[in-house]
Amino acid sequence: MTDRIPSTDDDARSEFVRLADVSKSFGQAAQALKDVSGIISGGRITGLVGPDGAGKTTLIRLITGLMQPDGGSINVLGFDTKLHAPSIQALIGYMPQRFGLYEDLTVQENLNLYADLRSLPLGERPAAFDELLTFTDLKRFTGRLAGQLSGGMKQKLGLACALLKKPRLLLLDEPGVGVDPISRRDLWKMVKDLTKDGIGVLWSTAYLDEAEACDKVLLLNKGELLFSGPPADLTNRVKDRVFKFTGISGSRRQALSKILEQQGVVDGVIQGDAVRIVTSAEAKRSELTKIAGNTAKIRATEPRFEDAFVDMLGGGPGGRSKLAEAATRLDDQNGKPVIEAHGLTKNFGDFTAAKDITFDIPRGQIFGLLGPNGAGKSTTFKMLCGLLKPTQGEGRVAGFDLRRDGAEARNRLGYMAQKFSLYGDLSVGQNLDFFAGVYGLSGSRKRERISLMNEIFSFAARDNLPAKDLPLGLKQRLALACAVMHEPEALFLDEPTSGVDPITRREFWTHINGLVEKGVTVLVTTHFMDEAEYCDRISLIYRGRSIALGSPDELKAGVATKTQPDPTMEDAFIALVEASEREAAA
Amino acid sequence: MWWTRLKALIIKELLAVLRDPKSRMILIVPPIVQLLVFSYAATLEVRNVDVMILNRDSGHWSEELITRIEGSPTFRTVSHTQDQSRIHDAISNQTVIAALEIGPSFSRDIEAGLPATIQIILDGRKSNASQIVAGYLSQIAGRLSLETPSGMKTQSAMINVMPRNWFNPNLDFQWFMVPNLIASIAMLIGLIVTALSIARERELGTFDQLIVSPLRTHEIVIGKLIPPMLIGVFHMTVYLLAAIFLFQIPFRGSLIYLYGSGIIYLAAIVGIGLFISALSKTQQQAILGAFLFIVPAILLSGFATPIENMPQWLQPITIINPLRYFLVIIKGLFLKDIGSLEVLHQTIPLALIAGVTLSAAAWLFRRRLE
Repeated sequence: MTDRIPSTDDDARSEFVRLADVSKSFGQAAQALKDVSGIISGGRITGLVGPDGAGKTTLIRLITGLMQPDGGSINVLGFDTKLHAPSIQALIGYMPQRFGLYEDLTVQENLNLYADLRSLPLGERPAAFDELLTFTDLKRFTGRLAGQLSGGMKQKLGLACALLKKPRLLLLDEPGVGVDPISRRDLWKMVKDLTKDGIGVLWSTAYLDEAEACDKVLLLNKGELLFSGPPADLTNRVKDRVFKFTGISGSRRQALSKILEQQGVVDGVIQGDAVRIVTSAEAKRSELTKIAGNTAKIRATEPRFEDAFVDMLGGGPGGRSKLAEAATRLDDQNGKPVIEAHGLTKNFGDFTAAKDITFDIPRGQIFGLLGPNGAGKSTTFKMLCGLLKPTQGEGRVAGFDLRRDGAEARNRLGYMAQKFSLYGDLSVGQNLDFFAGVYGLSGSRKRERISLMNEIFSFAARDNLPAKDLPLGLKQRLALACAVMHEPEALFLDEPTSGVDPITRREFWTHINGLVEKGVTVLVTTHFMDEAEYCDRISLIYRGRSIALGSPDELKAGVATKTQPDPTMEDAFIALVEASEREAAA
Repeated sequence: MWWTRLKALIIKELLAVLRDPKSRMILIVPPIVQLLVFSYAATLEVRNVDVMILNRDSGHWSEELITRIEGSPTFRTVSHTQDQSRIHDAISNQTVIAALEIGPSFSRDIEAGLPATIQIILDGRKSNASQIVAGYLSQIAGRLSLETPSGMKTQSAMINVMPRNWFNPNLDFQWFMVPNLIASIAMLIGLIVTALSIARERELGTFDQLIVSPLRTHEIVIGKLIPPMLIGVFHMTVYLLAAIFLFQIPFRGSLIYLYGSGIIYLAAIVGIGLFISALSKTQQQAILGAFLFIVPAILLSGFATPIENMPQWLQPITIINPLRYFLVIIKGLFLKDIGSLEVLHQTIPLALIAGVTLSAAAWLFRRRLE
């Protein structure tokens, strides 16, 4: 091979996978991969990082030899994927995104099945099973059906199955999705241990904080390789350009919106009570105070992978939200809360999914339900937007009891689900028409609102395109447009930006922040720590109960110790869950 | 306000069916296939029959009999053999459905005025067709026997049967089948489109979005039922036009009765469809559920076989089958011009069934929301 490959690897001998100008496209759609070149090494964790639709899964499937590239070549452990796919497949372990587990088989039966499929000799099995079950801490659950494991345990079992016949290269497609931070940390530790034996690991992820922990990353965006090398090399590009503004007087959302409009600001997000900003390379230190405005303190802070990624993409979208500017201001009606939960309890048979959840959200606040999958945050969320009837307790939206005046309450709320849940076969315009209609808009008011949405989100050019064919970012915008068209008082967001690229996520939160400043009240569920930082208050839901309630900074401060004076949201999450478990055990 | 919401939902439902290529296929392909298969291929008439003849007689009468069989349009091929074992093989291998064996004394017996016999060997595996072929052959032999010397003598004493078919003078099979198809296509389409509607939303994850909208439960139910009924009426109309103009079948009754009772029939059907849909988690389950209903419903309706021929214990089950009543109406309207009383007589049970299925569907839909 004579292709010149940009390599930052010092150790060429441990080169496991060599990608040379790999391209792939599917039918009419935009190219899934464009001339991707790179190296995956043994004994290291290589992060394959990028938002949904960046081409991560396609690249992994090309490496396994399950698909062939349209252009370029892939060499895996000395074999070309085009010529020797079976030899490659015998040497690698692959864990697909939706774990290839059989949910109706027990943990042990799944292991047996994979041992058969991988033709592991009978004599080696007991030892291999024992080692893997100990390693994944699943020994206690061998008799349990795989379908009844938690998200984290499923991923561990998937990993165990992929490791049955010691692979030299392990390909993990988004192992961190649907896994709570604690299991994610465990999983990470397990994979880290594997690399010590010289196994090469490819860990694909849409979470940029996971990227930071990798030895090396391949950063994909829209099928193009943006960066290849150690994550620190990328974060270095924003070195000395990241600052935290604290002690903001007044609304931090308004402050952020103003700051983002200033010259010399590349990116900005809310972090609890603080605002984190990235300045442009040209901006002088002296201009900072001007940018900061009426904030009390400016502190330089460690750059993160995400800061660098956004900088690389040319910065965030700015702080103005046309949507919020066009919104009517909702007046505070003598301080009455907009969303109320009183002792909400939900039993499914003898399983209690949520128990005695109580909180209320005053007008113009963002409230977050944080928790691992299956902990009860979705159940709570669904009870509050009328999708589930509580076994006990009551929920109110804008003063209307969800059980008695459900339709009145629903008229005042907007809902946006995690999965793109608009009508994919309907065109953009037909979706807008439908949602305007079911929310009772008609005549000139309907035309007015639809044309406003078209103007704000610039759908006009794609009015006739089926919604399912929109790029991911536009789908997100369309979902938001459909949720806010009727000017709801309360917005319900279910994991609104998981898997979305950071630019779209910022644009989304700019709109939400703007609407909240106009008096819209927001309830958001998330397991995404970044999203939690946008909230005014958070309820941490674990095993069906609210184990902590407070502002992000309060929660973080509550778990600060001498060894960890400035914990992250994730640290706080883990500490609080562990404390609750100790309590339950005692 | 409620009308704005309902209208939006109905338009959306129609668009969802028409814009999804898979759903569009369901609206176009099965109706065409059904029309072609049932009206041309699945005929109950017996034509193109192959027979074999073993003639041991050398006289005039056996020659005459064979000529008449060969001259009949029902028989496609008439093969001859002198070997008993060839008959055995031909029937076994299904190259012929019947074999005729004429004994050596056939012509002599006739001339002598004695009773003459021929043997017909039939393929009992095709019981229905065999019966009909035996009938054809006996008819030919019977006519021949009237021309024999002894036949001519007794002719005056015999009972002469003069058949005359009312409503369908030529016993044209399509006259019977195509009106049936109007009823069955309305059921097929109405049921499948409804069955898929909620299951599709569940599968795509849009169902929650619908539930959190201000649409009330009964509005969702109505909005889900009207579009399949509209599509069902459309298909009925297409088939009706095909029956009248393509197949030239006379429509003697009243269109108002047809559409009036048709709408109630469709209401009963979409109620069942919605019930299936509320039960199903995926579109696949919904389709399977729909066929689990359609197949017995067609068999127990009098579509192809008369209900009176079914065993006594099975007959009561057909009382709850909406297709049974609508078949009576549609065949009656096509060929007989039945009056309002008879239509009403069949429509009342349809309305009762519709009442039950619609309430059951609404009840299950509400329950499944919990």
